[in-house]
Amino acid sequence: MAKAATKEKTEAKKAKHETLGLTAEDLKQIYATMVLSRVLDERMWVLQRQGKAAFHISGMGHEALQVAAARAMEKGKDFLHPYYRDMAMVLFWGMTPKELLLSLLAKAGEPASGAHQMPAHYGHRKLNIVSGSSPVATQIPQAVGIALASKIRKEDAVTLVAFGEGATSKGDFHEAANFAGIHKLPVVFLCENNLYAISVHQSKQMAIEDVADRAPGYGFPGVVVDGNDVLACYEVMRIAVDRARKGEGPTLVEAKTYRIVPHSSDDDDRTYRSREEVEEWKKRDPIPRFRAYLQEQGILDAQGEREIRSWAAKQVDEATEFAEKAPLPDPSEAFKNVYAEE
Amino acid sequence: MAEKTVIQAIKEAIAEEMAREERMVLLGEDIGKRGGVFRVTEGLIDKCGEERVIDTPLAELGIVGIAIGLALNGMRPMAEIQFADFIHPAFDQIVSEMARMRYRSNGTWTCPMVIRAPYGGGIGGGLYHSQSVEAFFAHVPGLKVVVPGTPYDAKGLLKSAMRDEDPVMYFEHKKTYRLVKGEVPEEEYTVPIGEAEVKREGTDLTVITYGLMLHYSLQAAEEVAKDGISVEIVDLRTVLPLDKKTILESVGKTSKVLIVHEDNKTGGLGGEVAAIIAEEAFDSLDAPIMRLCGPDVPAVPFSPTMQEAFMPNPEKIAEAIRKLAAY
Amino acid sequence: MATEITMPQLGESVVEGTVGKWLKKEGDKVAKYEPLLEVITEKVTTEVPSAAEGVLLKILVPEGQTVKAGTIIAWIGESGEKIPEAPTAPPEAKPAEAKPTEAKPGAEAAPPPGAKPTAPKREEGGGPPISPVVAKMAAEHNIDLNQIMGTGEGGRITKKDVEKYLETMKAVQPEEQIPGLFFREPGKPLEEAPPAAKPIAPAPGAQALSPMRRAIAEHMVRSKHTAAHVTTVFEVDLSRVVAYREANKDSFQAREGIALTYTPFFVLASVAGLKAVPLVNSSLTEDKLVLHRDVNIGVAVAISDGLIVPVIKKADEKSLSKIAQEVNDLANRARQNKLKPDDVSGGTFTITNHGVAGSLFATPIINQPQAAILGVGMIQKRAVVVGDAITIRPMVYLSLTFDHRIMDGAIADQFLAKVKEYLEGFSAP
Repeated sequence: MAKAATKEKTEAKKAKHETLGLTAEDLKQIYATMVLSRVLDERMWVLQRQGKAAFHISGMGHEALQVAAARAMEKGKDFLHPYYRDMAMVLFWGMTPKELLLSLLAKAGEPASGAHQMPAHYGHRKLNIVSGSSPVATQIPQAVGIALASKIRKEDAVTLVAFGEGATSKGDFHEAANFAGIHKLPVVFLCENNLYAISVHQSKQMAIEDVADRAPGYGFPGVVVDGNDVLACYEVMRIAVDRARKGEGPTLVEAKTYRIVPHSSDDDDRTYRSREEVEEWKKRDPIPRFRAYLQEQGILDAQGEREIRSWAAKQVDEATEFAEKAPLPDPSEAFKNVYAEE
Repeated sequence: MAEKTVIQAIKEAIAEEMAREERMVLLGEDIGKRGGVFRVTEGLIDKCGEERVIDTPLAELGIVGIAIGLALNGMRPMAEIQFADFIHPAFDQIVSEMARMRYRSNGTWTCPMVIRAPYGGGIGGGLYHSQSVEAFFAHVPGLKVVVPGTPYDAKGLLKSAMRDEDPVMYFEHKKTYRLVKGEVPEEEYTVPIGEAEVKREGTDLTVITYGLMLHYSLQAAEEVAKDGISVEIVDLRTVLPLDKKTILESVGKTSKVLIVHEDNKTGGLGGEVAAIIAEEAFDSLDAPIMRLCGPDVPAVPFSPTMQEAFMPNPEKIAEAIRKLAAY
Repeated sequence: MATEITMPQLGESVVEGTVGKWLKKEGDKVAKYEPLLEVITEKVTTEVPSAAEGVLLKILVPEGQTVKAGTIIAWIGESGEKIPEAPTAPPEAKPAEAKPTEAKPGAEAAPPPGAKPTAPKREEGGGPPISPVVAKMAAEHNIDLNQIMGTGEGGRITKKDVEKYLETMKAVQPEEQIPGLFFREPGKPLEEAPPAAKPIAPAPGAQALSPMRRAIAEHMVRSKHTAAHVTTVFEVDLSRVVAYREANKDSFQAREGIALTYTPFFVLASVAGLKAVPLVNSSLTEDKLVLHRDVNIGVAVAISDGLIVPVIKKADEKSLSKIAQEVNDLANRARQNKLKPDDVSGGTFTITNHGVAGSLFATPIINQPQAAILGVGMIQKRAVVVGDAITIRPMVYLSLTFDHRIMDGAIADQFLAKVKEYLEGFSAP
């Protein structure tokens, strides 16, 4: 029994990430991606304000939950059906700053849509990132269909579909969740609840505190998690993904977070929320919070932080230069891909 | 060749494609044990299993959205919308998602799938079991829209639809289901999407039509032939993309055109066909292009007298033909 | 059970008939196939045999009344037998043709714009609209559309009208002409014939229009409304024809049993003309110009109540004596009301011999749907200049009334020139 006692003691001493099976290297990769996403996002705002980009829609503040969710999935096998805030998610999944900046500047070679779509309408065939549209929630039943196909073929792929809390008001969400519950499909519903659907506060969107409360009505569990706590998000997502992969059915994960910037480059959030509220949430910014954990764990020192910052800046600078030099699509591209080419 | 009804032809096409293509999945309301409210999928759940013949909740948006997901992940779904009248909740998924998937992903994600829906009036279905909805979808690039009229075309077009790499809306007229019989070969065949067919040759004028109205037009042509009026009938079969070549060839031959459809007139297919002719065959015309359509009222009314007033029929078509012939 | 007797359809284009005379009265016994009444149509007047045996129970249509073919006109049955209720079908009650269905509310079949004949859309020239295809064809073929008569709604020129016009124009190109016929000489010696029948003058005083008269009236007016009539006149020297007839009429009479009149000569002359200028042997129908292969020449015959035109079929294949025989036979049967529908149908050209009454020349009306009609005036000895000498010759005026829609004057004159050439150059067979 001494052996057992020793083991118990070791577990107790283990850091949170270790209990989740994540190594220091894993954490650095997660952190670096969060930083890269933030730096890239800031650059996009700059390019938009310079008039070089027509539009930008930001994911700032959502980085922790997005990277955690992506990390919980299996690249190359699973499917992502993200929405327009999921830049950190797709970056972790393999899309590059160059690709994303091509998209921002509507340049040729942009992989999601060939610059047919606005930026932030993510998609990448090779990475199993499904093309998304602008009407919210439409991706949810499609993700359920993708999961159904996996189930029919008896493959153990899992589909992650992400959306904001506003999307849960739509019938698409209900019809999809209902069907997924009936058939116990391998799908994870990730609601990135940032309290606002553009300007409309959650209190005007629904009469309940937690979107996750809806899940039992569909016959599967709903979990609320702090969306700015990357490890908590990873933990919950791992459970949800494992359930799905084992054939136990869907899970609704509600990650509470906050968008610390306006909805998009066309929005001014001062018209609907106080600066105090925004400042309050900035104090809970997931990036400094995770950095603090890494420093506390001795995984990241000042030098390491500098290196990551410098790496991210270099990535973004190079990508910006690359994208700015890239050609715009040939106008004839407007007429292609309506139907299968003969 | 055996003579079969439209519904038998559709049943055969589905059963044969299910056997041929293991990626094919059916989903819709009441299609499983009940075999569909029109019995189109009768017996298939026993043959192919619950995983490939899926009784869905009463949720058209979901049916189509889920079918899109199946297609995105390598399956070949065929979604049944119980009545075309109920398709509208799925409009966003059809138009903004399914139809646009190839274009919006630059050809990397596609939706090879079929949505079938029984449409059309004259069956006492009232406002919500009688509508013609093809014009809504014929406006949407990225979709193909077929409206077969005969058993032969119904089977051949459904097979082509299932094998197409793009999404196909397949509308079958309820009244033709058991009313219209025709030869259907035992051997394998398909009817190409996008090709109209001259169903009757004539010299005095052309009637361009599809669906149930094809049969009414053929009857009318037979009737006016007694008066020496020779009518050519073009069955569009596919309303998106339209077969301009066949339309223009026939107009070039007869120089007079009557377009007949059951869908209401304003914004119907007839307007598009007329515009094509006006743009590309103006100097072939010997008379104004005429349309005989359902009237611009919201839907087909229930009472038999009002339904009759709504529906074009062989007599109304014959009258329109005579008018045009005399011009 | 009583049998209904209906107005027969006497000829394919005939839609109505007039009861000329009931040959039986109500209560008379009638044998099956026994002549029951006389019916007058536009084309023929004939006896109608009874369709049943029995007693003529009831006459529904009195003499002089015109009803549509198929209308019940009488009942025949057992004596005292009751006839079915409400048998008196008025002419309109049993339409022979299907009527277009009345417009029903609901179906939105808009009439084509400018379709109403009462208020057609007028172009600058004041006519009905010119359709795009007609404008294009006119430009391509350099056609003056004023020369085309429209058959469309409100007189609109249709694509088919233009096609027909182009076909006609093509037909008059010399290289397109059918090679002319070589005149077939009469095979038998000619014999004397009785004098030609004289037309019977109508009785004086006011009288009701007879059915035959009414039919002729309608026919003539319709022809005038249909065709663009123009008459051209040639003067012909008949010396050789008259000499031939004088020399042969007695032997002809003896051999054939009939008189040799001048009519067969004009029939043969017309054959020669029609073969040389086939456009004259044509019909303009609703949608096309038909050039007739057969040469069927109608010869107007005056009868007690009017005029009838029996037809000599394939006149181009017949000899002078054969034609003489047929003319005689048809004229006799015409005067006896014994012509069959077939005798008066199928004509492609008509000759009217108005000269028998002393007329020098006339402008006859075309027998629709033919292209022309030849009027033969009185043969008269006149002083004419031949070479530089004044001499006396038997002369005749031949007038050709032709449809200007089908041909122009030059074509008509070509025809008459050929007729003249034939008659003046006539030689014994």
